[in-house]
Amino acid sequence: MAKVLFNIWRTTGSGDGEFQEYKTEITEGMVVLDAVHHIQAEHANDLAVRWNCKAGKCGSCSAEINGHPKLMCMTRMSDMPEGKPITIQPLKAFPIIKDLVTDVSINYKIKKKIKKFKPRPPDAADGTWRMAQSDIDRVQEFRKCIECFLCQDVCHVLREHHLHENEKFVGPRHLVYAAALEMHPLDVEDRTGDLKDQHGIGFCNITKCCTTVCPENIVITDNAIIPLKERVADKFYDPLMKLFRIFK
Amino acid sequence: MENFETYRHDVLVIGSGGAGLRAAIEAAAAGVSVAVICRSLLGKAHTVMAEGGVAAALANVDDRDSWKVHFADTMRGGQYLNNWRMAELHAKEAPDRVRELEAWGAVFDRTEDGRILQRNFGGHKYPRLAHVGDRTGLEMIRTLQDHTIHQNVDVYQEYTIVALLNDGNQIVGAFGYDREKGRFKVFKAKAVIIATGGMGRIYKISSNSWDCTGGGISLAYHAGAELIDMEFVQFHPTGMVWPPSVRGLLITEGVRGEGGVLRNNQGRRFMFDDIPELYKGQTSTDEEEGWRYTQGDKNAKRPPELLTRDHVARCITREIKEGRGSPHGGVFLDIAWIKEKISNAPEHIKRKLPSMYHQFKELAGVDITKEPMEVGPTTHYIMGGVRVDADSQMTSVPGLFAAGECAAGLHGANRLGGNSLSDLLVFGQRAGAHAAIYAKENGESKINDSQVEELSRWALDPFERATKGGAENPFQIQTDLQEEMQKLVGIVRIEKELAEAIDKIDGFKERIGRSGCGGNRGYNPGWHTAMELKHMITVAEAITRAAKERKESRGGHFREDFPQKSDELGKVNISISKGAGDKMEIKHLPKAKVREDLQQIIEEMK
Repeated sequence: MAKVLFNIWRTTGSGDGEFQEYKTEITEGMVVLDAVHHIQAEHANDLAVRWNCKAGKCGSCSAEINGHPKLMCMTRMSDMPEGKPITIQPLKAFPIIKDLVTDVSINYKIKKKIKKFKPRPPDAADGTWRMAQSDIDRVQEFRKCIECFLCQDVCHVLREHHLHENEKFVGPRHLVYAAALEMHPLDVEDRTGDLKDQHGIGFCNITKCCTTVCPENIVITDNAIIPLKERVADKFYDPLMKLFRIFK
Repeated sequence: MENFETYRHDVLVIGSGGAGLRAAIEAAAAGVSVAVICRSLLGKAHTVMAEGGVAAALANVDDRDSWKVHFADTMRGGQYLNNWRMAELHAKEAPDRVRELEAWGAVFDRTEDGRILQRNFGGHKYPRLAHVGDRTGLEMIRTLQDHTIHQNVDVYQEYTIVALLNDGNQIVGAFGYDREKGRFKVFKAKAVIIATGGMGRIYKISSNSWDCTGGGISLAYHAGAELIDMEFVQFHPTGMVWPPSVRGLLITEGVRGEGGVLRNNQGRRFMFDDIPELYKGQTSTDEEEGWRYTQGDKNAKRPPELLTRDHVARCITREIKEGRGSPHGGVFLDIAWIKEKISNAPEHIKRKLPSMYHQFKELAGVDITKEPMEVGPTTHYIMGGVRVDADSQMTSVPGLFAAGECAAGLHGANRLGGNSLSDLLVFGQRAGAHAAIYAKENGESKINDSQVEELSRWALDPFERATKGGAENPFQIQTDLQEEMQKLVGIVRIEKELAEAIDKIDGFKERIGRSGCGGNRGYNPGWHTAMELKHMITVAEAITRAAKERKESRGGHFREDFPQKSDELGKVNISISKGAGDKMEIKHLPKAKVREDLQQIIEEMK
């Protein structure tokens, strides 16, 4: 089959970077990560790329392919426009470590600040709980998240305004995480105050870019963020509830 | 000498999959200082890929289940080469370990009455696998990850350990580097737990992650620990076979648990053609009865598709070899057929097997609710590994512990599906607890500076060789090794090819000694691969030598020249340790006699 031209972002000695051209042979069924591996083995042994499972399950190989945030392992070469070079560059919302690898450690710091799971006392004498499947369907949707951070990358509050760096806005991934905890039938912790004051939920203005790029098809904005915004609004901004609370 | 950054911890856990995180949580709970080394980012370890479920006799779906049945199933599946004490502890403790995950926030699928749902799996007599659709591993690792970050555990992400340090008597720490800059690091520790998982990446067709190079098994071996059962590699019967770039990617056994059937190109359900003696009593010979079993009929016997993995993989290999395979060299796995039985089949399949639906749709352009999948065996798991004490998980080296896939004993000659996730939890917990005790009872030992210096020189050799010219490309060596292991030490083995593999391994060692890399020490995959080859070749050699030694067929180990079981070899485990002149020393370890009450359970359930 044909050779395809790739433009891959490489870090240069000075710490900056530039696109470098590579050509490699493409065979049937290949994904972009396969092509990057071929290039690494044939032309550039030191080309840095983060990957683990090559099955869309670990969320390590996030990059921007022709400008779109995607998992390299789940992007088929046959879906790329024919006869045109393919551009691969690192995620823009995070500092570059080298080549296609970015420093995503801020996400781990942010997660730690969200109050952890706190279950109600067990329902049964043997220390177990009872939950109906229908009550956990939504939480299970959120727990499909593979932490690829594509949603963080595409979110303009982070991408353009860098509000994660000073931890003013936790970003869509962590709102999904908070939603999974808040909507967990066993959880008794209250995170609404933190969502408003610490996690910056108000910064999300519902452009839904995060939902578009999620490789797990989690409906991030509609199912996670908006319901959390509603909880915050109910608790802190509902005038009727405010009156009710005063007289209570 | 370069002044290496040195970290001090009571317990050092190498590996951040299920076993490593569970061990770290337990050790931290005991009040000692704990570090976890993640080769990748936290939460990305190979555990994330586990699909079908975690086996535990919760008896939520079938109240006839109990630890005794789970114990007997595990021993039968392992062809009685298992460490019986580990099988006992595992069966008894798995239910508590699973319930504990729920207390930490895991959200398993539910039964009608709101308890944890369990599904059927090969070799398990009753529905036993707690699961979350077909992404159970993700649920487990995320639960453990999110719990760990709120414990007193230091997490080192993207660090790699190159070698363990010992003072001649016991383990004193480890030497490694950070991936970002390639800076060398020394970890001082009173106890070290190896939890590095498997070695699928030494084969060409594998379901395993990038990390699964057998690193921990090799680290332990070079530190003097004994390995056992290395000949027993599990080839999972159902990996993807097309397109080529995803060959080997796992298709969960859950597909068969939900009613999926295997057919050859003549449409025949060939699994009915060969049902092993050990399983005749509990396997159905009737298609209709098999279907009823998968739908929860407690009086039905299970279909032969749910026989143990070693057997199903061999039957598939036979069909392909005898010309009854699918167009791309596999057989057909069909779940779409259940539309004949239930009205909303496509929705049902998507709900029960979402990742499988997604994976085939995205990567192969196949809609599994409409057409059959093409499947073939893929390297999946190693039953062998570091020999450990059943109760404490300590290896033959004082202060060195091992848990999870890299440790051996629980699974014997063949592992049952679902028993690895429970293995991680049960023995991760035990390793953590006992390493903490060991750390409390033993002081810190001195690190030998010259050992560290020698290691750092060794680690930098690949750069030296590249500057001198004529160095070999490490990626090429890796690819060639994977090809040869696949060809010569794969699912069907024979003396001549194993001898050829031993010869080739010597050649590979020589090539590895010439491997070189360009660039600098910052995030350099060529350099990392050059160092990793040492582990890969060590594990490849151990597997090959053990496979050559076991002149019989049992469980995951099939010898074409010795197709029968041997009574004599059924009484021993094959052990490998580092002998004089760096040569592998092979021994036959007589199996320990099973405790009487447990033997009785085995007999009753035969």
